[in-house]
Amino acid sequence: MRTRLKANLVWAGLMIFGFILIDGLEFAGIINTFIENMLVTIGINVILAIGLNLIIGFSGQFSLGHAGFMAIGAYATGIITPTITTIGGFYLSMFIGVIIAIIAALIVGIPTLRLRGDYLAIATMGAAEIIRLLINNLKITNGAAGIFNIPALASWATVYVIMCITTIMTVNFIHSRSGRAIMAIREDEIAAEAMGLNTTRWKLAAFVFGAATAAVGGSLHAAYIQTIAPSDFNIMASIAILIIVVLGGVGSITGTFVAAIVLGALDTILQNFGTLRMIIYSLALILIMIFKPAGLLGTWELSFKRFNRQEVADHE
Amino acid sequence: MSSPLLTATQLVKNFGGLNAISNVSVHFDQNELIGLIGPNGAGKTTLFNLLTGVTPVSAGTISLYTDHGVKTVNGQTPAQVAQAGVSRTFQNIRLFKELTVLDNVRIAMTNHYHEGFISSLLRTPKFYRTETAMTVAAEKLIAIFDLSAVADQPAKNLPYGVQRRLEIVRALATKPKLLFLDEPAAGMNPEETADLTRLIRQIQQDFHITVVLIEHDMSLVMTVVERLYVLEHGALLAEGTPREIQQNPAVIKAYLGGDA
Repeated sequence: MRTRLKANLVWAGLMIFGFILIDGLEFAGIINTFIENMLVTIGINVILAIGLNLIIGFSGQFSLGHAGFMAIGAYATGIITPTITTIGGFYLSMFIGVIIAIIAALIVGIPTLRLRGDYLAIATMGAAEIIRLLINNLKITNGAAGIFNIPALASWATVYVIMCITTIMTVNFIHSRSGRAIMAIREDEIAAEAMGLNTTRWKLAAFVFGAATAAVGGSLHAAYIQTIAPSDFNIMASIAILIIVVLGGVGSITGTFVAAIVLGALDTILQNFGTLRMIIYSLALILIMIFKPAGLLGTWELSFKRFNRQEVADHE
Repeated sequence: MSSPLLTATQLVKNFGGLNAISNVSVHFDQNELIGLIGPNGAGKTTLFNLLTGVTPVSAGTISLYTDHGVKTVNGQTPAQVAQAGVSRTFQNIRLFKELTVLDNVRIAMTNHYHEGFISSLLRTPKFYRTETAMTVAAEKLIAIFDLSAVADQPAKNLPYGVQRRLEIVRALATKPKLLFLDEPAAGMNPEETADLTRLIRQIQQDFHITVVLIEHDMSLVMTVVERLYVLEHGALLAEGTPREIQQNPAVIKAYLGGDA
């Protein structure tokens, strides 16, 4: 009981500290628009990658369609906020995006979650392409040209707070009955079923939850970048999120954070290198995968509860 | 005492042209300890799989007597059969290897503790209450079977015999009325087998459930069970008490060969 409260307080403190730090550096002029842009991209990538890590790392379903659900959130915001240009309108658009993403995930998930591994990856990739092609050909989404001048309703602070909320929710999901159920299905589906778990239902829960967080990320992306086009949400976008998950460690939320930050920083630093950028970036990825095949952190998680417990044990 | 718990009538299972189970009828009563024996390939595990819904039957009915009346369980998914009160272990251990002993047991309790999806995301007091109740119940069960010392260990780190024991504990955590044990003593040394014999008796007495076990270790089967079914080539060869079975000429022939 005490350790739980203590650990939660440390986490809350860490989040508040991070906020004050960025705010202070911004005030001091150390963080310019360029760096702020990087930080926001990292934040959005964390939201997207955490959802995908839940699907891939914890429930063991290989999805390649994350950008499709991100597109749904982005376009919900891109279409609604020019009409309702208030903060309320932004959150309404995010909510609607999440609802549509949930419905789309249910439609995609119910038939495809029976598939495994490569088959599921291809099916989800196809689903994301369908979403992208629909957006590309609809009037309301302005076709291939995309949507411009979306009101800037999300600041770095919005992204930061929503990133924290999404992370807390996802971690809560993992450390609950639902999280244990999806991990059991990942470990051994037949045994999980023999223990009375409705495997389709639990897999669907993780998939839908992941899709909902992707929509949140997409919505923030639209409101911060202010311009979206269908080509932003192609297969490469899905793979970019997948890279963060794999690099950080499949099954480690902490790893997802580390990878999103490392890759975000790397990408920004390499902007100075012009065309060499993609080569160095790819090389860095290959090197990390050679020397750390399980990802930067494997399945390791940062836990203050554990530190506390160790401390108590040391004192005894 | 001998009210029925599960009856299976005229079960048939064909895999393509292969007749794996043909016209097998069995009945298990409340609080009974039953053995299922037969030579390799006789269809013992297939029969378990049919009774637990893992493989669908080709023909026949399986009825389970629950508190809410008789329920036909053929055609239901393994999860539904498990929820109706049938649990099992596997011939080749199927634990959740990367997860801890405690989590393995808590997962099996999933259907008995509803903390609510939203309340688990928001960590409401209801979530903590349910979670604590679940953990206490799981720890109690773990303690009964002397696994408390390894409760925080991933299941894959446990020695073979302990993994078998954990699988039984996990199966019991679903609160079954009927427990199927598929070769629980396979790969165990005599000492571990003796422990297992005690364990099975203890389970049946303390939890008041019916236990059905497939076993090749005759010393275990003959000392522990009250009634035996013998399968051969997918058909029922004999039924009776261990003493009757030991003297049954057809069984002796099936096991030893010859033209008795």
